[in-house]
Amino acid sequence: MHAAVTPVKDFRDEARVRILRIDPLMLLATIGLIAASVYTVGTATQDDVPGDPNYFAYRQAAYAGVGFVLMLLITRFDYSRLREWKLGIYAFTIASILLVYALGFSARGSRRAIEFPFFNFQASELGKLLLIVALSAFAVDRIRRLKDRETTSRLVLLAVIPAMLVIAQPDLGSGLVYLAVLLAILFVAGTPWTHFAALGGLTAAAIVIVLVAAPAVGVEVLKPYQQDRLTAFLHPGENQGREAYQVNQSLTAIGSGGKTGRGDEATQTRLDFLPEHHTDFVFSVVGEEFGFVGAALVLSLFALLIWRALRTLTMAKNFYGVLVAAGITAMLMFQVFVNVGMTIGIMPITGIPLPLVSYGGSSVITTLMAIGLLQSIHAQARETAAVKRL
Amino acid sequence: MYLDNERRPALTPQLAFRVAVIGGIALVMFGVIFFRLWYLQVLSGDDYVQAAQQNRQRAITIQAPRGEIVDRHGQELVANRNSLSIKVTPDRLPEDTGERRELYEGLAKLLGLNANRLEKRVEEELRTLPFSKPTIKQDVRGELVAYVLERQDDFPGVEVESEFLRDYPHGEVGAHLFGQVGEVSPAELKDRRNGELRMGDRIGKAGIEREYDRFLRGRNGAAKVEVDALGNLTKALGRRQPVQGSQLRLSLDLDVQRTAQEALASGTGKGAFAVMNVHNGEVLALGSQPSFDPNVFTRPLSERKLKQLTSKELGEPLLNRAIQAGYPTGSTFKLVTATAALESGHLTPGTVLNDPGSLTVGGVTFKNAGDAIFGPLALVQALTVSSDVFFYQLGRDMNETGMPLQAWARRLGIGRKTGIDLPAEEPGRLPTPRWRNSWYKQKLTDRPWSVGDNINLAVGQGDLLSNPLQMAVAYSAIANGGKVLRPRLGLRIEDASGRALQQLDAPTARRVRLSDENRQAILEGIFGAANSQGGTSTPVFEGFPVPIAGKTGTAEHLGKADQSWYVALAPYPNPRYVVAVTDEAGGFGADTAAPMARLILAELLSVNEDQLVEGGGASD
Repeated sequence: MHAAVTPVKDFRDEARVRILRIDPLMLLATIGLIAASVYTVGTATQDDVPGDPNYFAYRQAAYAGVGFVLMLLITRFDYSRLREWKLGIYAFTIASILLVYALGFSARGSRRAIEFPFFNFQASELGKLLLIVALSAFAVDRIRRLKDRETTSRLVLLAVIPAMLVIAQPDLGSGLVYLAVLLAILFVAGTPWTHFAALGGLTAAAIVIVLVAAPAVGVEVLKPYQQDRLTAFLHPGENQGREAYQVNQSLTAIGSGGKTGRGDEATQTRLDFLPEHHTDFVFSVVGEEFGFVGAALVLSLFALLIWRALRTLTMAKNFYGVLVAAGITAMLMFQVFVNVGMTIGIMPITGIPLPLVSYGGSSVITTLMAIGLLQSIHAQARETAAVKRL
Repeated sequence: MYLDNERRPALTPQLAFRVAVIGGIALVMFGVIFFRLWYLQVLSGDDYVQAAQQNRQRAITIQAPRGEIVDRHGQELVANRNSLSIKVTPDRLPEDTGERRELYEGLAKLLGLNANRLEKRVEEELRTLPFSKPTIKQDVRGELVAYVLERQDDFPGVEVESEFLRDYPHGEVGAHLFGQVGEVSPAELKDRRNGELRMGDRIGKAGIEREYDRFLRGRNGAAKVEVDALGNLTKALGRRQPVQGSQLRLSLDLDVQRTAQEALASGTGKGAFAVMNVHNGEVLALGSQPSFDPNVFTRPLSERKLKQLTSKELGEPLLNRAIQAGYPTGSTFKLVTATAALESGHLTPGTVLNDPGSLTVGGVTFKNAGDAIFGPLALVQALTVSSDVFFYQLGRDMNETGMPLQAWARRLGIGRKTGIDLPAEEPGRLPTPRWRNSWYKQKLTDRPWSVGDNINLAVGQGDLLSNPLQMAVAYSAIANGGKVLRPRLGLRIEDASGRALQQLDAPTARRVRLSDENRQAILEGIFGAANSQGGTSTPVFEGFPVPIAGKTGTAEHLGKADQSWYVALAPYPNPRYVVAVTDEAGGFGADTAAPMARLILAELLSVNEDQLVEGGGASD
């Protein structure tokens, strides 16, 4: 072969090689979930906008298209550079969340997004990814002191500040995702178990203060509806309020889907018994329309995605890649389990979207960008390995 | 550019372990989700399909209109009218008590109700019947309905339902007969005689509506519909059409009824009448004064209005005096006395008794009305001039073992229910020695039975309590040769076009044996009373083209005005109709009741009366 005798690198060759070094199974899972999303959102919302049965499906497809392009761009980009921009990224994260307070419009009593033409930018969604990128960078900076108490407390503080800000919006779900991401990064970075035990103790104390002590002295930390949501799943049937109603309708939808689904007879979805059927409860639509088979397929795609994410984590060429991959894996896992768990009645209702499947531009684009980062880590690792082999 | 000091050695054991932990968590979570999905979808799928069906399907009752009630000529007496009611549906009411309170206040203000009472009533109903739709207000004006419908956001859970309500096009005419319709009560729901009923069904509560409810009710329809989460109808799944109740034709004659009520209203304000066919018991008119407009019962009735309708001062307009009151009947009772005396052998048509103006028995003197002295007379003459002393003697003579006066009065239907097809009939009272002696024992009266009581009864005074319908039945029996009729308002059940579905025959209650000779003497006597010189009501019927027979009555009440009575049989000598009228404070029978009877008879017999009827005649 001529390549062996000419050591000069051809730029175009390099580009071709890098594209080939992405993880094809991860790409497959991503495309599969996007396709499932557009189809499910389409069938669930065909009667929602009079005269435009595909309104939501088209928009979701457009978001996915934008996200896909961003994903491919990020794939070709060396993620390690993001480390240098950590301060800027962190500052942007906090600033964008604060900007929502200043400019945000309010949807159902919570201020979560900034309005642009054709698009409502939900800062807390993008914040999930930005926080992973920044937090991992701060952790890598202290790579030799990762077992220090100070390192742990700094990282906790860096994550808890944005988490508190979004919980106060109020967007409880995103705040919990931030905390999950924090835990994953600390865990993979090798933080000692004693630190986790201390964090656990502090969390328990915080919960007691927020749910019991503070209301007792008249300070409202969580809005009453958030508190109800968090505790409603603990006693199903007892409480016939709105939360229990949503869970019951979701269970009915999923259960009635049976083995192979009700297809066009999916009355729970079509007649609006199922609340938020294209956003938070989209998995219930999958369950009703396509049954156990459809739900299992979607879950398998998520399982595939998470497996590939974990595998990418173990391959990363540097520690930064490991932590970013860990954060993204945690973000995906937490959202999938809490969202699906909510629809099948084993988790509280927290307003967390199902990644890639729930309708919503901010969430879909952020998730695709995150997967782009995973692909970048994967590609970089393969490339480094290839260079080493040379 | 970037530092490579973060380059790590290959996977450390610690990192490998921790990644394995994360993978393990993922595995466990996926496992839990899969098992849960298996349980929900594969194992309990059928139950949830059922739940989903229940979610979307609703059965809506479609109210069947009740059958209409028409008079004997097919004229509408009770019809139906469509009305709009405002109701609330529990599943769409706000859950927050404050918001509910606001809703009740808004509705109360709009509809002119009391917010506190409304809230209490609706919440109470929702508690006891969780799936019912409590009615806020029935029969709401169209503008208000439109106002509510246009502002659904301000009135969450408020619905408008169309309902059939009864309509009485002739107002007060026949008001006491029809009764009301209302929502079935829990007790009625349990009563199997009412047939298949459901909560919220409307049934006849009183009067004709109750008596003939099973024919009038009809069968409600049902619509099975699919609804969405907000309860909006998305498509119809099936429908059973409601079937209107059958039409009921009454024997009532609207024109006679109206004339009679108008005649009575021209009197002193309280009274009653009954008009009946003497051969078959068909009631052509039956009424009571004061009357009321039954349309008030189709809307929720205010406490004040109900008080007025039952107030003693206002004459208890709801009371149907023709069958529920108890009156002494004065001299109209003399026909009963005469029948008893003739049939028990105390008298023959030729027996002459002397009337010296008074009769003294046991130290008590009984006088003729107006202190008249008639001298010797036989039965015909005694009835014509209405001699009291003649009948005092019969009363005295019949105070003996077997009490023939009471026995015959009872046979003729005095002091007992006639069995008319109306609920709530009162029997009245026929005084007997046994009754008075038992009252005396219980210290309800100051003395036991004495012959004076029988003497008083012989002329329809004393403790007798009867009513116009009982008198009509007794007179009919004398007129028709001994058939004691069971009066009947229901004639037949028809379909909406008037085709007969079922004839409602009025069986004769019982027969009594009356000799023709005796009957003829009695009828001749009361024919004389309305036609001969000296007859008590002759002046009243002067110039009336149809020959009639009739008896006046003046019942005395201690410390109150005399009660005026008249019972007529027409046409003479082969009567078809009996007309019994009383005015509680009308004075002499000839002064008030007889002219009323003439007005009724004129309508009944299609006599063109252009002259004013004047009262006046002999006292009785």
